[in-house]
Amino acid sequence: MQEPIPDRAIGRAEVKETTCYMCACRCGIRVHLRDGEVRYIEGNPDHPLNHGVICAKGSSGIMKQYSPARLTQPLRRRPGAERGAADFEPISWDEAFQILTDRLAHLRATDPKQFALFTGRDQMQALTGLFAKQFGTPNYAAHGGFCSVNLAAGLIYTIGGSFWEFGGPDLDRAKLFVMIGTAEDHHSNPLKIAIGKFKRKGGKFISINPIRTGYSAVADEWVPIKPGTDGALLLAIIHEILKLGLYDRDFLIQYTNAAELVIDDPSRDDHGLFQRFELHYEEGCFDPENKLWWDPAIGAVGTHTPGAEPRLLGSYQLEDGTPVKPAFQLLMERVADYTPEWAAGITGIPAATIRRLAHEMGVTARDQQIELPIPWTDCWDNEHATVTGNPVAFHAMRGLAAHSNGFHTIRALGILMTILGTIDRPGGFRHRAPYPRPIPPCPKPPNGPERVQPDTPLDGMPLGWPAKPEDLFVDDAGEPLRIDKAFSWEHPLAVHGLMHNVITNAWRGDPYPLDTLLLFMANMAWNSSMNTVGVRQMLADKDGEGNYKIPFLVVCDTFASETVAFADLVLPDTSYLERHDVLSMLDRPISEYDGPVDSVRIPVLPPKGECRPFQEVLIELGTRLQLPAFVTASGARRYRDYPDFIINYETSPGSGIGFLAGWRGQGGEKFLKGEPNPRQWEMYAQNNCVYHHELPKSYQYMRNWNKGYLHWARAHGLIRYADPIGLNLYSEVLQRFRLAAQGKRPGRQPPARLAQRVATYCDPLPFYYEPLESGLVDTQRYPLNALTQRPMAMYHSWDSQNAWLRQIHGHNVLFVNPQVGIANGFGDGDWIWVESLQGEVRCQCRFSEAVEPGTVWTWNAIGKAAGAWGLAPDADEARRGFLLNHLISEELPATLAGDHLSNSDPVTGQAAWFDVRVRVRKAAPGEPATTQPQFAPQRRVPGQAPPPGRWLAYVAGRLGRR
Amino acid sequence: MTQLALVIDLNVCVGCHACVTSCKQWNTSGWAGPLADHNPYGAGPTGTFFNRVQTFEVGRFPATETLHFPKSCLHCEEPPCVPVCPTGASYKRPDNGVVLVDYDKCIGCKYCSWSCPYGAREYDELERVMKKCTLCIDRILDLTLPERERKPACVLACPTSARLFGDVHDPDSEVSIAIRERGGYALMPEWGTQPANHYLPRRKARLHIDPDELKRVDNPLRREDLTRYTGEEAVDDVAW
Amino acid sequence: MHPALSVLFLTTLIGAGQGLFLALYTGQLYALAQLLPAQGSGFYVGGSVLALGLLVLGLVASFFHLGRPERAWRTATKWRTSWLSREVIVLPAVMGLVALYGLAHALELTARPWFTLAGILPVDATLVVGLLGTLATFALYGATAMIYASVRFLPEWHSPLTVANFLLLGLASGFLLAAAYSAWLGNELVTFFGFWAVVATGLGLVTRGASLRRLGRIKPKSSPQTAIGIRHRTLVQIAQGATAGSFNTREFFHGASPATLQWVRRLFLMLVFPLPVLLLVVGHALASRWLPLVAFGVQYLGLLLERWSFFAEARHPQNLYYQGVA
Ligand SMILES: Nc1nc2c(c(=O)[nH]1)N[C@H]1C(S)=C(S)[C@@H](COP(=O)(O)OP(=O)(O)OC[C@H]3O[C@@H](n4cnc5c(=O)[nH]c(N)nc54)[C@H](O)[C@@H]3O)O[C@H]1N2
Ligand SMILES: Nc1nc2c(c(=O)[nH]1)N[C@H]1C(S)=C(S)[C@@H](COP(=O)(O)OP(=O)(O)OC[C@H]3O[C@@H](n4cnc5c(=O)[nH]c(N)nc54)[C@H](O)[C@@H]3O)O[C@H]1N2
Ligand code: SF4
Ligand code: SF4
Ligand code: SF4
Ligand code: SF4
Ligand code: SF4
Ligand SMILES: [Mo]
Repeated sequence: MQEPIPDRAIGRAEVKETTCYMCACRCGIRVHLRDGEVRYIEGNPDHPLNHGVICAKGSSGIMKQYSPARLTQPLRRRPGAERGAADFEPISWDEAFQILTDRLAHLRATDPKQFALFTGRDQMQALTGLFAKQFGTPNYAAHGGFCSVNLAAGLIYTIGGSFWEFGGPDLDRAKLFVMIGTAEDHHSNPLKIAIGKFKRKGGKFISINPIRTGYSAVADEWVPIKPGTDGALLLAIIHEILKLGLYDRDFLIQYTNAAELVIDDPSRDDHGLFQRFELHYEEGCFDPENKLWWDPAIGAVGTHTPGAEPRLLGSYQLEDGTPVKPAFQLLMERVADYTPEWAAGITGIPAATIRRLAHEMGVTARDQQIELPIPWTDCWDNEHATVTGNPVAFHAMRGLAAHSNGFHTIRALGILMTILGTIDRPGGFRHRAPYPRPIPPCPKPPNGPERVQPDTPLDGMPLGWPAKPEDLFVDDAGEPLRIDKAFSWEHPLAVHGLMHNVITNAWRGDPYPLDTLLLFMANMAWNSSMNTVGVRQMLADKDGEGNYKIPFLVVCDTFASETVAFADLVLPDTSYLERHDVLSMLDRPISEYDGPVDSVRIPVLPPKGECRPFQEVLIELGTRLQLPAFVTASGARRYRDYPDFIINYETSPGSGIGFLAGWRGQGGEKFLKGEPNPRQWEMYAQNNCVYHHELPKSYQYMRNWNKGYLHWARAHGLIRYADPIGLNLYSEVLQRFRLAAQGKRPGRQPPARLAQRVATYCDPLPFYYEPLESGLVDTQRYPLNALTQRPMAMYHSWDSQNAWLRQIHGHNVLFVNPQVGIANGFGDGDWIWVESLQGEVRCQCRFSEAVEPGTVWTWNAIGKAAGAWGLAPDADEARRGFLLNHLISEELPATLAGDHLSNSDPVTGQAAWFDVRVRVRKAAPGEPATTQPQFAPQRRVPGQAPPPGRWLAYVAGRLGRR
Repeated sequence: MTQLALVIDLNVCVGCHACVTSCKQWNTSGWAGPLADHNPYGAGPTGTFFNRVQTFEVGRFPATETLHFPKSCLHCEEPPCVPVCPTGASYKRPDNGVVLVDYDKCIGCKYCSWSCPYGAREYDELERVMKKCTLCIDRILDLTLPERERKPACVLACPTSARLFGDVHDPDSEVSIAIRERGGYALMPEWGTQPANHYLPRRKARLHIDPDELKRVDNPLRREDLTRYTGEEAVDDVAW
Repeated sequence: MHPALSVLFLTTLIGAGQGLFLALYTGQLYALAQLLPAQGSGFYVGGSVLALGLLVLGLVASFFHLGRPERAWRTATKWRTSWLSREVIVLPAVMGLVALYGLAHALELTARPWFTLAGILPVDATLVVGLLGTLATFALYGATAMIYASVRFLPEWHSPLTVANFLLLGLASGFLLAAAYSAWLGNELVTFFGFWAVVATGLGLVTRGASLRRLGRIKPKSSPQTAIGIRHRTLVQIAQGATAGSFNTREFFHGASPATLQWVRRLFLMLVFPLPVLLLVVGHALASRWLPLVAFGVQYLGLLLERWSFFAEARHPQNLYYQGVA
């Protein structure tokens, strides 16, 4: 075998382009097939997202494709079999559709909200959301609520955009990069590419994280922080920057509401609102420019009055005697006591370090300014010859988001980025289309019980962006109307829903019982739930008459997950290599800083067994249920299949806006807006499955206030208004909720028990508070914070079936600082018990010097229920792996504000995964070396491959085999 | 003489394992495959890989460094694994210095693995022969591939471009320049194996802020003069 | 290193087989010099068959070590560089010569000398074959031992003491077996063989003892610092990239606790050295047929443990890369 033979000479070779879905990053891939089997998956070098690189998961797609966990047939729970026992009988798709149609048609005609559709890490929320809307149920959301809604909401309500798909750090030009609470991120390959380049260029990379792994490993400085305390750190940094005058004053005045005058009279009902003058404007979801600045020479003037020189500080009196202060003054007052010394006590970071961080940020932003020779015009018709940037870039992820104080922490981050003058400027934060959007974006959730009507689509979308109490989805008593209590006074800005409370609420019938729960691509009986043991019991729990408390559970999955075991009806989905898919501008596209990008998946393999893409299932179901979007006026089928739907669907008749932005118009000559193009799929196929529209340079920066860009975006249907999107240093939206809670606002007011909570947390300026759980448990008793992190080589629960990846992470241990071991009398490698208010798990520990001593952590979602995922019941994942979720409760201990409040951020409903407090103790001698809890082995379901042999020696193609 | 090799930049390696599985998938269906896996879906899954990424911790909290460390065969210039092979299955290619195993000759005695101080060889328990990184010889010599792709799978995969590939004997190659300018080093130099693969060390970027830089004349706070002048008496008003 | 059973058996069995052959041949030479009573051909034939049997068993065991035994013939090709190859060439040669030696005795070729050397020493086929066999046997001891002694990455092995140990312990077990064989036959050579067995065992104790002492003083050449090229005192592996291990954790680790290691070391020191000698002496005093056999059995068991310990106590530098699992 001395001379290698060219690989393509072996068997029948083909190469097909599509988009990866081993995770939600959505890299372009080229799939090499040999004799029709997957031989090699490589990054597509011509793809704007990943430029040819690929990750460990993407490179293991073969083992996902040929996994023994694959479902291949629709399944029905065998009559008489118990939920959770995974005892199924195969049925035909026709039967499956019949069951669904009968049930759902009835619900739709009687009480549509009894049908709930919740989806996990999917990438088709535009379609699932459309289905829910058409069905007429408000009970729809995707994973955002348990994922990172704090980041989305915190930043979108502050700067009109956020991280991940929505925007990110411009590491090509940054000089200082501060990464907070990030292990892997959604945008994982692009972030890795960028970090590599950034480091090679010699920029300074600071990571703020209780743990040093992954990206943090290559950081030039690691700042270990106590979990949940970043708000204190960020506020202290803001304090120091303001104190030293290291902020970008001109940026603040021109582009933010810093200089705008806020009414400052606690006795008045409009206290804390901006002083506005009469101006006729068409009501819309933009912030009208009817606010005031204070120019010492003139007094109050309209904002952006040419020549005005507004003050950022001070307190003034308007002619009518109204006391006002610039918002910036209020911020200055807010952070006055947030000194570095104060923060040091909370965060565990020395005050000197906090000061130095502030100085490095401030001085780099100020002194290393970038100037690009790109002319642009702002919304006030000022011509700028250049684009400037202050090269300090930030990135944050769930380390900030997944705490119950995350919203305010992230607001603080948004404000820090703003005062440094880094928003949509080179070297700072950059938006990605369709962002920036108005603050808050236009869509609103339904806002009253009357918005849900039998046999009628919802008016509007199930999810939206409340701007005032009237946008909440509550009844007359102010009580929640969604099953997850999103958009209620408990979580007013729950813009992504609260998927983590759906099962508990439905089980309890609070606010009402559900009939049918359809879970798509979410492993809610395992790693995606808090209180996993409890949730599994609730899923199988029956009322006094022996009926399941959640009467009908439909699960659409590709694999035999833990959740599948609880289904009444299982819909086998295809794999990502077997279906059409769109990563749409209507959803979360893969846009780049330089312009909108969307992409598609095109099947490279036929579906396995009877698997059917969920996309097709929804269209079929929509058609059978006669949902208006899916049928013609006469009730006939409107779309042949999903590809046909994608080509022809328009958001409203003739809108020219559809799921795909590229190659629209009859001949594919238009983009973003244009008539349907029958050859759209082909054109994507010919172009690496991606459409990338590069904006003219002058539209690529300062987009919140870039007149050219905003008009372009409006013309192309990305936004509805071309008005400037001023940054909300001060959030009037929150103040409106606070005023309502204080009884100062006409209209909706929270129920009494929640008034205090709303008034506290709907603060127009960020403030620091301890995570809620820490305030409610005895932190002496539970001294440690327990965290999870994403392993780079695993995606949630769905990679344990992958024969290659599971060799890298086959089980998990609890990493603890050696000090924790010494304090609790155990050694490296010992088996220990970890205990929280919610429960306890037994696991093995490993000492690590790369974790802050108050924190313990493990990899996320490595532990598996025995027998799930096509694994042998004694697989390492089940015997030695464990879930931290058993320790995390989905509800907080009872307080005056309620018994069953979600363990979430009080503003956004973001699941507070990382708030959990624990203690550890050594396992007794003689305890078995297996993790606890253990579960009865889940059986294989009909259609699942038989237990694979002891050996796997994968070679693609017939001829390749020796 | 040409000596092809990898140069691995520890300064940017984030430990993502992309190089691990891209290597596995390329090679299992390729010239050097299959790469068998034992108990693929059972307890203690373990298989043959040509490349592993390991993690080390350096120092004590809080001065801890976490180091991700990819390791595959280093294609030693003096490969101790070659002469000990009783069959000649292990050999070093004279034309490009790549160290390979000829599976058709290997008897699976594992002796070569004892003579590799780096633990770079992995015995395939199913095929019962010794295997190791081939430097993707079936890619780098495959003239039917476009030039850009004539690189090892792991190099193309690596998201941070932490893996450079080239001829370490050509002083002008990217790898030689990197070794020279960035302090590239070899593993376990004490054995005189002269690994062709090199590692580039961590570099720390630091900022230095002079206290004078904190306060400047253009400090924006100076433009927020908050004093109110009421016309009261001043020193200026006093005349002796 | 992980001690592979096949290798433990291979080295101990052929060691004893070679030693037995040497004992026979030595006995024959002594007899020729009339220092010992001459033996009938049956004695040599039986002994040779026994020796050959051990060699064959060793060879069989060795096949269990090979992934692809059917290709074993290929190993003969690299004798210029590989001690393993050399062993593989010499082992069959030894076996062939031992077989020939036995055959020559069976054919009573001693009665038909080819010529007489210096007028007093009648040189027959057995003598010539025996001489060649002796040379080959020593070559084989050398080759086998050098397989280990030449691995410079294992300082525990990389020493002339390894060759001395393989040689002396092989001789000891071979002569002990010869003694047992003689005792079993009720043959007076038991004293002679027994004497040399005790001498070899004693020398073996010296060299093996020296190697154990050396073990304790070996400073590994490599350290975690040189392994990954980071100069820092605290350097700990957190993950080796495979949570359930790999070839590198199976081949190079024995998984036994330090206590087990200690225990095995003590046990083999008893079983290989004092115990067989004691049994032999007592057996001699009692003129027992059995005890010398038991002595051999005990020593052989001890040698298996000795070989186990030889492997287990060798720490490969590659292990520096395989310290932690997570
Ligand atoms: N490989 C891989 N990639 C993924 C995923 C996956 O499962 N695998 N999942 C995808 C999904 S759904 C998501 S949401 C993203 C998540 O992306 P990340 O948010 O980057 O991932 P997490 O592992 O949740 O990382 C949280 C980080 O925050 C740190 N942290 C926790 N609490 C605090 C705190 O209070 N302060 C600070 N400063 N840091 C803190 C943790 O130590 C950890 O490093 O990743 C996406 N990408
Ligand atoms: N302790 C702890 N728990 C956490 C987190 C944490 O940080 N710590 N993170 C949370 C976060 S941010 C998230 S996003 C969630 C992730 O939560 P989930 O979205 O529930 O992620 P998975 O566990 O991967 O479950 C997704 C399901 O989709 C299935 N699937 C995979 N591919 C396909 C497909 O093509 N079609 C269909 N129909 N199904 C498919 C998988 O088999 C699996 O059952 O976990 C949350 N849980
Ligand atoms: S980052 Fe995600 S989408 Fe990209 S290659 Fe990896 S698994 Fe695939
Ligand atoms: S295992 Fe194969 S390659 Fe290694 S020494 Fe033996 S024959 Fe040679
Ligand atoms: S790294 Fe090991 S296997 Fe590779 S050439 Fe060097 S000694 Fe041989
Ligand atoms: S060069 Fe090829 S064989 Fe070697 S580690 Fe990289 S991908 Fe694997
Ligand atoms: S692919 Fe690159 S960054 Fe990832 S582990 Fe390998 S060398 Fe490191
Ligand atoms: Mo997530």
